[in-house]
Amino acid sequence: MFTYTLRRLLTAIPTVLIISLVIFMLLELAPGDPMSDVPLTVPPEVKAKMREALGLDQPGYVRYLLWLKQFFWVEPLHLIDHYFGTAYGADMQRVLSWQTRSPVTELIVQRMPQTLWVVGMGYLVGVSLAVPIGVLSAYKQYSWFDQVGTFISMVGFSVPTFFTGVLLIVIFSVHLNWFPSIYDTTLVVNSWPTFVEQVKQMVMPVAVLALFNAAQVSRYMRASMLDNLGQDYVRTARAKGMREKTVVLIHVLRNSMIPVVTVIALGVPSIFAGAIITEQVFKVNGLGQLLINAIQVNDLPMVQTLTFIFAVLIVAFNLIADVLYGILDPRIRYD
Amino acid sequence: MTEATASTQMAVDQAERPPRNQWLDVWDQFKTHKGALIGAAVFISILLFVLVGPYLWSTDPGYANLRMRNQAPSLQFPFGTDELGRDLFARMMAGGRVSIAVGLTAMSIAVLLGTLIGVTAGFFRRMDGILMRLTDLFLALPLLPLLLVMVMLFREPLSANMGPEAGIFLLMVISIGATSWMQTARIVRGEVLALKEREFVLAARSIGAPPVRMILRHILPNTLSPIMVAAALGIAGAIIVESALSFLGLGFPPDFPTWGRLLFDAVDQLQLYPNRVMLPGIAISLTVLSVNYIGDGLRDALDPRIRGR
Repeated sequence: MFTYTLRRLLTAIPTVLIISLVIFMLLELAPGDPMSDVPLTVPPEVKAKMREALGLDQPGYVRYLLWLKQFFWVEPLHLIDHYFGTAYGADMQRVLSWQTRSPVTELIVQRMPQTLWVVGMGYLVGVSLAVPIGVLSAYKQYSWFDQVGTFISMVGFSVPTFFTGVLLIVIFSVHLNWFPSIYDTTLVVNSWPTFVEQVKQMVMPVAVLALFNAAQVSRYMRASMLDNLGQDYVRTARAKGMREKTVVLIHVLRNSMIPVVTVIALGVPSIFAGAIITEQVFKVNGLGQLLINAIQVNDLPMVQTLTFIFAVLIVAFNLIADVLYGILDPRIRYD
Repeated sequence: MTEATASTQMAVDQAERPPRNQWLDVWDQFKTHKGALIGAAVFISILLFVLVGPYLWSTDPGYANLRMRNQAPSLQFPFGTDELGRDLFARMMAGGRVSIAVGLTAMSIAVLLGTLIGVTAGFFRRMDGILMRLTDLFLALPLLPLLLVMVMLFREPLSANMGPEAGIFLLMVISIGATSWMQTARIVRGEVLALKEREFVLAARSIGAPPVRMILRHILPNTLSPIMVAAALGIAGAIIVESALSFLGLGFPPDFPTWGRLLFDAVDQLQLYPNRVMLPGIAISLTVLSVNYIGDGLRDALDPRIRGR
């Protein structure tokens, strides 16, 4: 198991490096000029100085290596400094955002909690709904519950999140006036009324994400349960005289969870991408909105760092899914 | 004994029946999938609405009639008008044309690319490793952020060179196509790897068929069904991505309606005119839902193991 994990980990490193190169090259190839927004009245020699200050006069590979160093060496040092009060990275240059001139990672750390709360909660709710729905609709295949469940999951899968979000706003904030349509991140939860407020503003974004995720996961769950329900060991378990509950919830469910767990792990990074849209709909100022704003004002370091973080998340969760599969299914390990 | 007679009886029946076209069998199976049938009907009517509609409804979608702003739905304006007095019915048709055109073109690019890569990887062992690494790499890219970045970076130069509409259309179609071929490539590669070991390919090889003819004549026709399913699902995916980009304000320019763009424009006046959000949203959802059902039905219909039953 250890060598298996190690092998997966080693193959992940070149992937991450190549992805960072791809993202860098894409931004490099772009025909735009970061100086294009500077007024024409600024004399060319000042512009040259500004380019120098931004490090744009260096050749591409130098900037790429510098960015790698900043991302993988300087920023972690700053993180250590922040938590332990040391000063390892005190005079090292950090990745700076062009729009605010502050370190990119600080902005990201500010925005992280909102995204994690909303997106994470949406995913948790979605998965915890999807598993029982999938189990039940596989166990009662072709029953009305299964038909309705399949239809709803098809709808949840097909209707884009920006429309479900807007639809919920129309129904629950415009017509019924139950929930606020804008997520207020300045709200501090310190008493019962503010807690209620927080729950109220989280209901709709979480519901949108939960519906989308539940639709996907429940389909996998159902298919996997159906695969296992027809197996010989199920018949054996029933023939031994085990109770139906034990057969389904222990024997079949545990085996069916193997592929589903990996699907759940693989889905985590993609929900961050989906959250970009949901955050835009409900005006949550999380990571997704940070990315959109950075894109709109051409803030390349921010865009590069955020995109790369999303990529690292994908690679990391692929790795986690692989390792989980290895732990849960011994047959995978030995190939 | 009875079983044996029954099966010989069946064999005789099958022998006496006139030969049937494979596609007729597929259609027969497709008909039994009720959701797929309804999906096909809905999709065809949306296509008709979008393609034939503008000839019957001659109002110009870009004509701003400032005296008729924010009209409620009426006979003159079946869906009402927007804040500039433009007819929403005509705009929905025009927007649908673009959205569906983007979906179809992006899907074609993705399927072509995916098939090319999948067949090459499956057929030529030397290419397999590198092409599959490439596929894995693309699967590990954060696609939506990258698409946003691509649109941001290449929007202005392209629209300056080719005109705003053609430039953005090309950019959208190519970037969506270039980021959604991976599933097709994987499926096709798997299919080709299995087919390569079959006797008929061996026979073709033994009479000296060159690789290109073997691929075109023997391999590709047999991989058609997964490709068709991937294509159907690809349309849905491309439409969603296009409208998501438009919804984030990074799609087509404002005077160039697509369903996503109409939805994005209407969100600002959500409180006052909620029906303007609903129309494009429902259109997108219905299209995607119907295409997904068609894909589901196709998957069943094209699978000979299911079709026999």
